[in-house]
Amino acid sequence: MAHVLAVITSPDGALKKNQRELLTLGRGLGDVSVALIGDDAAATEAATYGAAVTYTAPAAVSALGGSARAAFVAEAVSRSGADVVLLENGVAAKELAASLGVKLNAGVVTDVVSLSTDGAATKSVLAGSYTTVARARTAVAVYTVKAHAVEPSEAPVEGRTEAIDLPESAYGAAARITSREAKPATGRPDLADARIVVAGGRGVDGDFGPVEELADLLGAAVGASRVATDNGWIGHDSQVGQTGVVVSPQLYISAGISGAIQQKAGMQTAQVIVAINTDEDAPVFEIADFGIVGDLFTVLPQASEEIRRRRG
Amino acid sequence: MKIVVLVKHVPDAQFERHLSGPGHTVDRSESILSELDEYALEAALQISEANGGEKGGNTVIALTMGADGASNSIKKSLQIGASEGYHLSDPALAGSDAAATSLALAAAIQRIAQDGPVDLVIGGMASTDGETSLVPAQLAERLGWAYVGHAKSLDVNGATVAASREVDGFAETLEASLPAVVSVTDQINEPRYPNFKGIIAAKRKKTHPLALGDLGLEAASVGAAGSLTVLEDAQERPARTQGTIITDEGDAGIKLVEFLAAEKLI
Ligand SMILES: Cc1cc2nc3c(=O)[nH]c(=O)nc-3n(C[C@H](O)[C@H](O)[C@H](O)COP(=O)(O)OP(=O)(O)OC[C@H]3O[C@@H](n4cnc5c(N)ncnc54)[C@H](O)[C@@H]3O)c2cc1C
Repeated sequence: MAHVLAVITSPDGALKKNQRELLTLGRGLGDVSVALIGDDAAATEAATYGAAVTYTAPAAVSALGGSARAAFVAEAVSRSGADVVLLENGVAAKELAASLGVKLNAGVVTDVVSLSTDGAATKSVLAGSYTTVARARTAVAVYTVKAHAVEPSEAPVEGRTEAIDLPESAYGAAARITSREAKPATGRPDLADARIVVAGGRGVDGDFGPVEELADLLGAAVGASRVATDNGWIGHDSQVGQTGVVVSPQLYISAGISGAIQQKAGMQTAQVIVAINTDEDAPVFEIADFGIVGDLFTVLPQASEEIRRRRG
Repeated sequence: MKIVVLVKHVPDAQFERHLSGPGHTVDRSESILSELDEYALEAALQISEANGGEKGGNTVIALTMGADGASNSIKKSLQIGASEGYHLSDPALAGSDAAATSLALAAAIQRIAQDGPVDLVIGGMASTDGETSLVPAQLAERLGWAYVGHAKSLDVNGATVAASREVDGFAETLEASLPAVVSVTDQINEPRYPNFKGIIAAKRKKTHPLALGDLGLEAASVGAAGSLTVLEDAQERPARTQGTIITDEGDAGIKLVEFLAAEKLI
């Protein structure tokens, strides 16, 4: 049976949904412990999800780049005897995973959507055009796992914490994080995890109102094309696509977006795609399950109105 | 300053892209210089120019690893403005994963540094084929240099590089001592195109070929043999097909809700 180490970064001491998923996934593979960077309070919740031991990082690690974080995790791997390391799939987690792979001579597989007990990792490549099975051939395997790999469930254990101390020299030549500010919360679901995304592009012409109204009625995240974020109509973190967020929701509603290759790269694995565009030749219609040739400023508000009417 | 830019020859995403052969490797016909590496090249040229350009003793070196066709990506980099190129090519490199790629690139950079120290390595935020973002960070780790990833602005002054980035819901600024490895996003600049002068000038610029033997690397440590991961299976997804397209006749919003209700999405 595998011994799994889940790497969790929690500055505020609470676990996010995908971190609870990591622990739940890990439990399905074997025994789980946690390497925690951030507030030690997260250890209690980690035990609720089955982590018998939580290794806590020296405070200095929080303000350092991936290679220092990897030095801490490598020590936790050696103490726990882990042969599988699970991380989230964000930028910082991938940096950590990359460095860790070199430090431990371990194979790294990113963007994992499911992981079998024998270490076969499923992921999609080339902008969703292939589904592949990859595997690390090394004694320790490192996986960064996308949201929704499993449904999180509790399995409380008596957890304990173990502080790991490292000499300054262990951090090597890591970058220093000199300032860090959380983006203001929108109250909407996280774009990367959302089950529904309503996205707007150049066609919204600066007014995301109709997109946001429909998104809020559907409990959806708001996405955008690069043109919309470049124009400053909405923050860059809302950009969907090759150089933005890659989403795989149950439903993607594209409004006033042409469907350029880099935009499609971020959304074409959505289960259902709806497109609203005034141009009947817009490439987005080639992949839409339901397409409306029409003006988003009349179609979206009418749809919102109809949803409200049906809900009474 | 001596800046090395990592440039990759990748399949053009405008065409259908395929995996083929027993190792499910990427089919590299119809390949181009990765558009995400153009931002890295532009960032390097701007840093060089801000410090007096080539006359001021700055060099921008385009480094690629890849089969023969990859020389086109070096050529384009030289036309855009790089001073010289290095092309690492060896049959044993085929099928390298991120670990094997970073091992070979680290050796190539050490080889380049024999002719004078390298201050900075800049790459794109991801390759548009493998899309792992692992290589620049692994390269930094192998060189023992600091790594700053996904920069949307860069400020290099003598001994340090400062960068800002927006990742994982945070706006961050980072700082690292040189030498360092950096990756940049498409937010950082507007890449320039090769102009006529650049195309002519490129003909006089040198590209240095490198093979494994020049780097003191064993064939078994790179390529499919030296990779730490294997791709066991690859299934092409059926292409998406067009569904129902309607033209708004005043009730398309209602029809949209009917569609969502029928699909049990609301
Ligand atoms: C390296 C690189 C990376 C990139 N990464 C990304 C990325 O991650 N994400 C991304 O989105 N793009 C990305 N792009 C940009 C991409 O190529 C396109 O330029 C962009 O997606 C176009 O955005 P758009 O569809 O909003 O604008 P346009 O292409 O201008 O399309 C706007 C559409 O809106 C329609 N429209 C206008 N008014 C209305 C209305 N009232 N109602 C309905 N429809 C209307 C028009 O018919 C048109 O089809 C990248 C480009 C490069 C070079």
